[in-house]
Amino acid sequence: MTTLDAAPLIDLEETARLRRARLERIGAWALPMLTVGLTIYGWHWVVVANDIPHYILPGPERVASQLVQDWSILSAALLVTLKITFMALTTAVVVGVGLAVLFSLSRWVEMSFFPYAVILQVTPVVAIAPLIFIYVENASVGLLICAWIVAFFPILSNTTLGLNSADHNLRDLFSIYGATKWQRLRYLQIPSAMPYFLGGLRIAGGLSLIGAIVAEYVAGTSGTGGGLAFRILEASYRLNIPRMFAALLLIALAGVAIFAATTLLQYLMLRKWHESAVTRER
Amino acid sequence: MRDGAGIVAPLLSIENVTKVFAGGVTALNGMALTLDDGDFVSLLGPSGCGKSTALRLMAGLSRPTRGRIRWRDGAEAALGVVFQEPTLAPWSTVRDNVWLPLRLRGVSRRAANPAIEESLAAVGLAGFEGAYPRELSGGMKMRVSIARAMVTRPKLLLMDEPFAALDEITRFKLNDDVLRLQQSLGCTVVFVTHSVFESVFLSTRIVVMAARPGRVVAELQVDAPPVRDEAFRTSAAYAEQCRRASEALKQAMEMGA
Repeated sequence: MTTLDAAPLIDLEETARLRRARLERIGAWALPMLTVGLTIYGWHWVVVANDIPHYILPGPERVASQLVQDWSILSAALLVTLKITFMALTTAVVVGVGLAVLFSLSRWVEMSFFPYAVILQVTPVVAIAPLIFIYVENASVGLLICAWIVAFFPILSNTTLGLNSADHNLRDLFSIYGATKWQRLRYLQIPSAMPYFLGGLRIAGGLSLIGAIVAEYVAGTSGTGGGLAFRILEASYRLNIPRMFAALLLIALAGVAIFAATTLLQYLMLRKWHESAVTRER
Repeated sequence: MRDGAGIVAPLLSIENVTKVFAGGVTALNGMALTLDDGDFVSLLGPSGCGKSTALRLMAGLSRPTRGRIRWRDGAEAALGVVFQEPTLAPWSTVRDNVWLPLRLRGVSRRAANPAIEESLAAVGLAGFEGAYPRELSGGMKMRVSIARAMVTRPKLLLMDEPFAALDEITRFKLNDDVLRLQQSLGCTVVFVTHSVFESVFLSTRIVVMAARPGRVVAELQVDAPPVRDEAFRTSAAYAEQCRRASEALKQAMEMGA
């Protein structure tokens, strides 16, 4: 092959690489949308082709119309569930980070109390929940406690790991310059722990939603919650299958939204963190 | 502080220092060394000869089992350290990394800024204040590390095999820079190295150490022109002193074997 002087200075391999990169960028959003679209169409086709009645398996359009029709009930239920989820996540962050800092300040405290955190984590929340609902009068508080138990461990364990994972030479440097415990925490351990903490937060975000839903199931229809799990249970007693699907759809969407939000937060925090280092003034 | 004869007390004296680790290993046995102002002392020896232990003792990161380390009165805090790795905080800019020693002493960044900029200019990194460590090459990271160690204008600079991981071209360049910086700061340097050539090029004295147990086996004076440059690096006198140091190192390694 001959190369002309006027030809752009790019070879075939690089052209192919560019094309691949462009295709990948398009594929990153096009492929998930395509598969979701195909799944919905397949679902629709199965229902129509087999003439399945809606009280056994409703088609996608039936679920969508049910969602619109029941929107006032379901949106109120979604709000209740999300409120519990966010309160549980917030409490998990406060308690998890607080305990992690305490653990990092004292090995003795960590050795004494870490087993309790593990026990709380490995005991299934469905097994503890009935007891919690016996001892706690307020149903919302009971739900909050259940969701918190599920969500707080990843924050605690990740943040503890992060606070202890600061570079050894940097720690020596802090000793040489006579840093106080507070300075060490503020300028060395917390920045080192940030990526770990944010990773824990991503896991805890999804878990707090799961915790809230599971707790609602345990509390059952006798509870005063009125969240999405309560609506699913209620609809199942009435054999209102389309509404069950609609509520399920909302739960899944809420989970995706929480995941997306924590991922975005992780991105922004690590970015802002770098920028804040540039503009930091004291 | 002056004694009766009017002689300045040594900046740091290591008096018969022994360090035994909890496991029973004697890392350093009866080391004696005196550091005066403007000295450039290399600790040269094989792995396990206790040179890093000696450095940690001087830095106050561990305490001697026996013997003692005495600073000249008032000089205790004037210490800078450069490790084998650049050891920069990845979440901070170059400026904030250099600010760290002053920040830990409660100096605001505004107040520290002239010292930070001077320090960075001295290592040839003016204009890189806003960069993050990940954006820099290995040699540049090491320069930031040196700038950070110098920002407090230390009386004693401890360097623990700082250029071991760098290529030879970068290493020569940084050797030149370290000498220039030492002259401008007028500080004393203790430099741990495996390299005979590096130690002869840089030092006024070479302390040769042997392993098992770690100890000092020889101390060589290096005769060099006032300016150590390319001409010195290629001179017969340099080659001769490298040969002498190699000989001493070889003996030390046979002793520790």
